[in-house]
Order: sequence, then C-alpha cells, then structure tokens
Amino acid sequence: MTTFADQLEDQIAEWRAYVRRRQVLHSPDVEELEGHIRDQLAVLTEAGLTGDEAFLVAVKRMGSLDELSREFARAHSERLWKQLVIAPETEVSTQTGRDELFIVLGLAVAAAIAVKVPALFGHWINPNTEFPLFYARNACLFVFPLLTVYFLWKRGSDRVRSLWFAMAFAAGAVLANVFPFPRGSETEMLTALHLPIALWLIVGFAYAGGRWFDDGGRMNFVRFSGELAIYYVLIALGGFVATLFTFMMFRAIGMNPGWFVAGWLLPCGAAGAVLIGSWLVEAKQSVIENMAPVLTRLFTPLFTLLFLAFLATMAWTGNPINVKREVLIGFDLLLTVVVGLVLYAASARDPQAPPDFFDGLQLALVVSALVIDGVALYAIAARISEFGFTPNRVAALGENIILLVNLTWSAWLYARFLCHRSSFAVLERWQMAYLPVFSAWAAVVVLVFPPLFGYR
Amino acid sequence: MTCIDMQCIKLLRMNVAKDLVAASSTPLVLAILAEGESYGYAIIKRVAELSGGHLQWTDGMLYPVLHRLERQGYVGAKWDKSETGRRRKYYRITKEGQAELAAQRQQWKAVDDTLRGIWMRECTV
Repeated sequence: MTTFADQLEDQIAEWRAYVRRRQVLHSPDVEELEGHIRDQLAVLTEAGLTGDEAFLVAVKRMGSLDELSREFARAHSERLWKQLVIAPETEVSTQTGRDELFIVLGLAVAAAIAVKVPALFGHWINPNTEFPLFYARNACLFVFPLLTVYFLWKRGSDRVRSLWFAMAFAAGAVLANVFPFPRGSETEMLTALHLPIALWLIVGFAYAGGRWFDDGGRMNFVRFSGELAIYYVLIALGGFVATLFTFMMFRAIGMNPGWFVAGWLLPCGAAGAVLIGSWLVEAKQSVIENMAPVLTRLFTPLFTLLFLAFLATMAWTGNPINVKREVLIGFDLLLTVVVGLVLYAASARDPQAPPDFFDGLQLALVVSALVIDGVALYAIAARISEFGFTPNRVAALGENIILLVNLTWSAWLYARFLCHRSSFAVLERWQMAYLPVFSAWAAVVVLVFPPLFGYR
Repeated sequence: MTCIDMQCIKLLRMNVAKDLVAASSTPLVLAILAEGESYGYAIIKRVAELSGGHLQWTDGMLYPVLHRLERQGYVGAKWDKSETGRRRKYYRITKEGQAELAAQRQQWKAVDDTLRGIWMRECTV
C-alpha cells in the first residue's frame, strides 16, 4: 500500500526526470528548483491541500518549462555553446539547415575562385618561381569577407551594417596594396602578418551579430576562434595526406602534379577550408566541444613546469639570457601562448565555481611567464640601442608590452579571485575588454609602420 | 455593486506589465538580499508580501535572475543545510551588489520623480 507521502515522492521524481531532459538546466539548478517545489508543497499541505492538489499548484506556479529554460539559457550563455537548440521555438528546421549547407559550399567555392582571380592579372603561384608576396599580403582578404558574408546571412543583418563591413575590408585591401614596398622589405612582411589580426576583429563583429558588447558574445567568438583553429588543423592534416597521394599516384604514371598542387590544390583548399571549418564549428559544436578545455588542462601544468624549471635553472647557474637579435619575437610567442591558455581556461570555466587547484596553477603559470619575460626585457633593453630600432623590433616590442599589460592585470585579478576578494567574472570581463587592443595594435602596424620606416 | 467597488477590485487585482516586472526584478531581489541572506522560496514570498500581490512572478523566473546576478558578481551563493536537512542554495548580496543597488535606486527615483511631477500637476488642474 502506498501512502500519500510516497505518491508525492513519485510525482516529484517524475517531475525531476522531466526537467533533467532540458540540457540547459544543470543538476544543481534542478536541485534548487526541486527545493523550491518542496518548500511550496510544505506550505500548501499545511494550509489543507492534499498531496495531489498541492503538487499541481506548485508545478503550475513554477511556470512554463520552455520559458524557464530560455531564461536560464540567457543567464548562462556559455551553456548555449553546448547545445544549439535552446527551446523548440528556435529549433532549426531541416530546410534552413540545407540552405546553410548550400550557402557555405557556395562561399567556399567563391573563396577558392577568389584566390585564383589575381592569376588573370599576372600573379601566378608556381612551384618553380619565388612565392609572390602579393598573396601573403592579401591572404586574409580572399577569405574573411566571405566568412563575414556567411555570418551576416546567418545572424541576419541590414544594408547599413553590411556596408560598414564592406568598407572595413575595402580599407584593409587598400592598405595591403597601396604602399610601394621594395623587394625583401621588412614592413611588407609585417603587413602580411598583422592585417589578418586586425581584420579578425571585423569577422568577430559579424560573428557576434550585434551582441559584441555582451560579454557572452565576445566569449563565444573566442571559443569559435579556438575551435576553428582546431578544425582547420584537422582539415589541413587530411589535405596533407591527400596531397601525398596525389604526388604518389600521378608520379606512378609519369606525370608531375607539382603545378597543380602548388597552384590550385593548396591555395584554393586553404581558402575554402576556412569556410568549411567555420560551418563545422557552427553546426557540429557538440562533436569536439571539449577540445579547447582539454588542451588547456593538458598544457597549463606542462608550461608551468617548464617555466619554473627554466627559472630555477637560470637562478642556479646564473647564466644570463643570451640576447640574439630576434629573441624578442620568441618571447612574444611565449606570452601569446600563455594568454591563449588563460583565455581558453576562462572560456571553458564555469564562472560561478569557487577557486580550485587549477586556478592556482593558472596564476603560477602567468606569474612565472611574467618573471621570465621581465628578465628577457631587461636583457634586451640594455642592448636595444646597439641593435637599432628596426620595424620588426619595434613591432615585437609593442606586442610584448601589450601582452605584458594583459598578463600583469590578469595575474592581479587571479590573485584577488583566489583570495575570494572578487569573482571570476571580473577576470573574464578584463580579458574580453582587452581583445580589441590586439587588433588595434595590429592595425597601427599595418597603417603607420610602412610610411614611418620608409617602407624598408 | 457600485462603480467604485468595481474600481477597487480592479485596483486590487492590478497586474503590473511584464516589462516592468522584468525591469524591477534586479533592484527588488538586491534590496531583499540587502535585508539579509535568503533563498529562492523565501525571496518569492517576500516579493509577494511587499507588493501586496501586484507583482505576479512565475516562481521559476526568479532563479535565472538570481543566477545572472551571481554571474555579474552582485550576489554570492553557497549551498547549505536547510531546516529539513535538504541541501539549499543561500544567496547574499556582495559589495558590488550594494553599489549596483544604490545606482539602480537613483535611476528608479529619477523615473519616479518625473512621473510624479507630471501626475501631480494633472491632479491640481
């Protein structure tokens, strides 16, 4: 024989199972809501309602689960990343899914064609001649505008906004091609390296689709960038294998496919893969959603150990850093890796979780990287006048300072967070607010450096 | 029933518009937590008590609001035992939350003053 209390427990269990099916509600949330239902039940039964009646009233007062999941999704935008569908209302129909596939394929083909258009004007890629730097300078301009078109289509955008994006890319194209670089110019290489960083911010605006100034919008873009990089590497590996087979098979019948691979397969494939990769990230987020966090968890301890071992060795032996001419760039890359680890650790972290061991490790990583960079900068500063201020060195020094500022403040915020004196959200907000600084500096390098240094 | 009676009933059952409820949720929750540490069900009860039933919240909607405030750093939360022995999530206001509450209070006062200004004049005319 079942008592009233048992019946009520069964009903609650059923309700719990039903609520759990909503992916956006995590189990602590469900527990909290269940606690609410129980509090409500206690009051209602005390007021004289039977178990059934009380349960009905309590559940009804809780409100529509669809609406509730939507509100939860809004409050925890990072969970949205993990499932595309918030609630049936916004479910993607198969029709739009197919449209999207065709549009992405179309844009990928357009990117591949765009890469080959300059060939009509005499810019050939040929394995037997030197690689034309025209392609290095313009590489991102073949792809980023099309990627932006994809996001503008996907997020919905009006003419005025689209025009702004077009103007930004036009400005990029002018800057990449207007300066009279001589052969072997340092500033030309700097332009080729920095233009993509500057324009990636424009892609970010399109990706966020008007939500850029929400922290969630920018964080999603950071996640997107990381996952795209992972997908791109995977696609590139596949492409590498395909290239090897192309050589092997055509050589077997006495043909040399070198002109095809270098002139068509690699450039067109590299351009199209960005769009395909982006679509994969957008559509199949759940497949390797945990890649960036896993890599971060793996490499944070490794790099921390490496840095501490380096510092200990330096302190023990007393060997100074041997300042070679381009050592600064190496340390820039080091700090970039650390900023990347901090960013992806933040993107994968539940901002509400209390500080744990891993956060302490992150702080150790950041602080040790700061100390190493400080020692290197000190060594370089002493000899920079001797080397002279070339464009490369000024650019590298600027980047070093930008990264140093980012990490110093991050370390401070991490320390405060670990002492329970501020929330993790503050650190996340700082990292998000800092993103445009990287692009702004890259834009300065592209815009100001060539004329400033006389195009050398 | 006289016309005045009808109006009284209407007044008693007045439902505040959805947008207004949503906009007032942050200062209301922060103000309730400023009175002391509390948990979901108690907060809902306090809202009903304070508004005399005019503010109709579906109970569930409080929780996304609380989680958003927690994320923004305006409230802190911890799991603790309730009097029945079950785990329960307790919320309390943080320093940032108190600053935010003061700021929101200023804004609401500005809105209130403006409306009062125009409605008072209507009365005297």
